[in-house]
Amino acid sequence: MFESILFYTLAAFILGFGVLVVTARNTVHCVVFLVANFLCVAMIYVMLGAEFLAIIQVLVYAGGIVVLYLFVVMLVNLKRGPDAAPDRRRQSRVGFVLAAVMLAEISAILVYSAARPASAVAAAAATPLQTVGNTEVVGMLLYTDYLIPFEVASMLLLVAMIGAILLAKKEI
Amino acid sequence: MTPITPYHYLVLSAALFMLGVIGVMTRRNIIIIFMSIELMLNAVNINLAAFSQQLHNAVGQVFAIFVVAVAAAEAAIGLGIILAFYRNKETLNIDEMNILRW
Amino acid sequence: MVDIYVVPILKIVVLLSAVLLAVTYLTLLERKVIAWVQVRLGPMRVGPQGVLQPIADAVKLLLKEDITPSRADKWVFTLAPIVSMVPALIAFAVIPFGATVSMFGHPVSLYIADVNVGLLYIVSVTSIGVYGIILAGYSSNSKFPLLAGLRASAQLISYEIAVTMMLVSLVVVAGTLSMVGIVNAQLSQGVWYVFLQPVAFVILFIGGLAETNRAPFDLPEAEQELTGGFHTEYSGMRFALFFLAEYANMIVVSAVATTLFLGGWLRPFPNVHVLSFLGFVPGWIWFLLKTFVFIYVFIWIRATLPRYRYDQLMRLGWKVLIPLGIANLVVTAILKVLL
Repeated sequence: MFESILFYTLAAFILGFGVLVVTARNTVHCVVFLVANFLCVAMIYVMLGAEFLAIIQVLVYAGGIVVLYLFVVMLVNLKRGPDAAPDRRRQSRVGFVLAAVMLAEISAILVYSAARPASAVAAAAATPLQTVGNTEVVGMLLYTDYLIPFEVASMLLLVAMIGAILLAKKEI
Repeated sequence: MTPITPYHYLVLSAALFMLGVIGVMTRRNIIIIFMSIELMLNAVNINLAAFSQQLHNAVGQVFAIFVVAVAAAEAAIGLGIILAFYRNKETLNIDEMNILRW
Repeated sequence: MVDIYVVPILKIVVLLSAVLLAVTYLTLLERKVIAWVQVRLGPMRVGPQGVLQPIADAVKLLLKEDITPSRADKWVFTLAPIVSMVPALIAFAVIPFGATVSMFGHPVSLYIADVNVGLLYIVSVTSIGVYGIILAGYSSNSKFPLLAGLRASAQLISYEIAVTMMLVSLVVVAGTLSMVGIVNAQLSQGVWYVFLQPVAFVILFIGGLAETNRAPFDLPEAEQELTGGFHTEYSGMRFALFFLAEYANMIVVSAVATTLFLGGWLRPFPNVHVLSFLGFVPGWIWFLLKTFVFIYVFIWIRATLPRYRYDQLMRLGWKVLIPLGIANLVVTAILKVLL
């Protein structure tokens, strides 16, 4: 009961803030709504028993990436958004049609898979319970089975750092 | 009320993903397009976390952490490109970004 | 029922009122200490020795007109003080003020929650606080607050890296992310971590000064250059919220540093049995004493040191503290594996 109320409230907030992100006129308002959206998603992670992921979400996304967005928005500091471009209407219509097609596709897949409960899921649920969501479990996986992807991710971040400096600096 | 199943999370994630798609398709401000991409990545992460709980396996969360790392790299590079673009053309409209060179 | 709902809510209410009271009196302490350093008397008029000054200040701020600039971004302008106040307050949720004590026959733990990602929780919550400053700077629609907001965000992001690096090397020593677990680790290892990790302690302290925008790193509110900084356009209660957030952040940093490096509620030298007579002082009093020492040093530094220039600040953060932090982490990890 409590879980249901929590889930529906959070889902309403997530989707509401999501709608505001894609519709708000002012870019700074968009960023604020995006932060609110990310915080609600972090609470969903806590509901799913993924505390470490929730903390990473707040720390990296809300506290790091979006601050970067806000920084860039304030640096370019546009009074008028470029949404007043001449052929805006035609493109919006195409966009909505494409989005509707994709929504239909995803919901068709969902309905199809919901109608036939997959036996594989039931089998997996019957396997012995393993404590998920613990920081220790995630860390253990990250540094044993997924060590090479982890190193690749660190290389990616290093390259991104150098690339960002190269792009943003006027003269090297 | 029915108990919350993974399907609820999947529907939520699909809806959030669609919002991101609509944002990318309809907005012309490149910063807002980037933010819509972040919304889609978050939808993917909700999916991964929901499956991780359903299957009692933490691998989904590990994948979600990799997604966050890639998102961080993407934001850094993307915003660098936006700044360089803005210095050259004084606009953020993605329709102006059509010359494929400086 | 009582244990799940009533006790935590009571704890939250007591803690929040205590924090807000402490914050209001910190303003008086700061003015008094700076006055004594400068051989003045400080506030003396309201009450004996000026002890009622915070109440007079609060009444004044509540009664003042609450001005919103006409070209401001109205709802962001209202949101910004709230965004900077809330993270400062919710960070107290995982700070352990003492071990479990018995109160009215019930065992009561002197912390609201002991989550297994406690330290990361504090780092992430304080990283949200930067939005209050940036949004205040943006929404005022005025040059000086905008400059101050940009400065503040750059400063906070830079110093957060060094501070987080320090916390990682501390976690390597303690082997846990839970705040209670870290204090218990200091108890079982019989030593305060300030002796095991002196470099981390110093860098955390400097980073704490920078993260709370205190002198000598109070660039975002430099009066001489920015006429007051990101809250230039604020007045009345909204200005008071920024003010309270700064002091609440100061208490958070002091309490976290106490928990991590000075053994939290433990008495000095917890492994020396000769000093066990110190155990008659309750743990939470030790905690508050140590926190108070930190806060006093914060104020003392503000009265003593001149402000850094902006490029010096950035150079210190990126070229000194972060490399030191990485070196400290590497050395700590190697020693941890070898010993």
